Amino acid sequence: MSELERRLAGGPVPALDGQRLADDLSRRATAEGLLDVAYGTMDSPLGELLVAVTPRGLVRLAYDDEAVEDEVLAELAERVSPRMLRAPERTDAVRRELDDYFAGRRRDFVTPVDWSLVSGFAANVLRATARVPFGSVTTYRDVADAAGSPRAYRAAGNALGSNPIPIVVPCHRVLHAGGGLGGYTGGLDRKRRLLRLEGAIG
Amino acid sequence: MRLPPFQALVDAHAAELHRFLAGFVGPHDAEDCMQETFIAALRAYPRLVHGENLRAWLYTIARRKATDLARARSRRPSEPMDGLAPDAEPRIEPIEAADDGLWVAVRRLPPKQRAALVHRFVLDLDYRAIGERMATSEEAARQNVSAGLRRLRKEMDR
Repeated sequence: MSELERRLAGGPVPALDGQRLADDLSRRATAEGLLDVAYGTMDSPLGELLVAVTPRGLVRLAYDDEAVEDEVLAELAERVSPRMLRAPERTDAVRRELDDYFAGRRRDFVTPVDWSLVSGFAANVLRATARVPFGSVTTYRDVADAAGSPRAYRAAGNALGSNPIPIVVPCHRVLHAGGGLGGYTGGLDRKRRLLRLEGAIG
Repeated sequence: MRLPPFQALVDAHAAELHRFLAGFVGPHDAEDCMQETFIAALRAYPRLVHGENLRAWLYTIARRKATDLARARSRRPSEPMDGLAPDAEPRIEPIEAADDGLWVAVRRLPPKQRAALVHRFVLDLDYRAIGERMATSEEAARQNVSAGLRRLRKEMDR
């Protein structure tokens, strides 16, 4: 290697301030209307949660188990928009409401929901589920009924099983008619703990 | 191929892109230039028809933003680059006190030679990797590096 090449190789090695880059990028992207999906994670008594918001509202909430993060983000990129940035500050309002909920200071979520990830009968089921109040429970058959198809309780179960916004759209409040817990996206242990937190079960 | 979340591009390429720009436009402007690059990329992103060679795409935008920045600081037009915006003589500042004009001379090189030299020596990439980032062949990358070196030696000997 020549002297000249050696000097080029010793060229500028600037330190990159990754946090500042991220902050500036999300601020500018937001200001210019280019940030379609902002996301961040938060700790909760039920484990880490991934929170994703659009300018319209909360679009996805996921139990961040076993590195499902990449999968969840890829689905958002495909089904909502690939213009996505990690911008936790944009999820602050939702995260505060969730903190309050888990601390027993909040019964209802007021954050707007973006229903982009659901459609058809599933959307009707989830909207009906969103009206089930804190502390009470309902059945798969009742939400199917409220969604307009009383006999489609199996389909209702599937819709609830793929609820993109658990906790806030309280699919944990939907049980089997016989009193069994039914299923839950985040596992039955979490369903039980949510119902206990709300005082719906002992 | 589906487009990955934009954040994945930032995570994968920001560090290298920043070092490239520090060599290409100087450390002072590198951060601004990178910001402009990512904003422009984010704007165009959903219109991409496929997710292949996103790195070459990002570097093309970065070279264009570097050229825009130089042009904004100078009115003197010069030859166009790849059908992109024409390059201009940048306002050049020495990188460090010990700079005897090497980096000033680097930044006077034609954009392709300059980009190739920075990729080769500052980032220590081989010619195949340089070709990938510049969307050219390995051979073209090699030629740009050697032409850049020749020209730089002449400048420095003056």
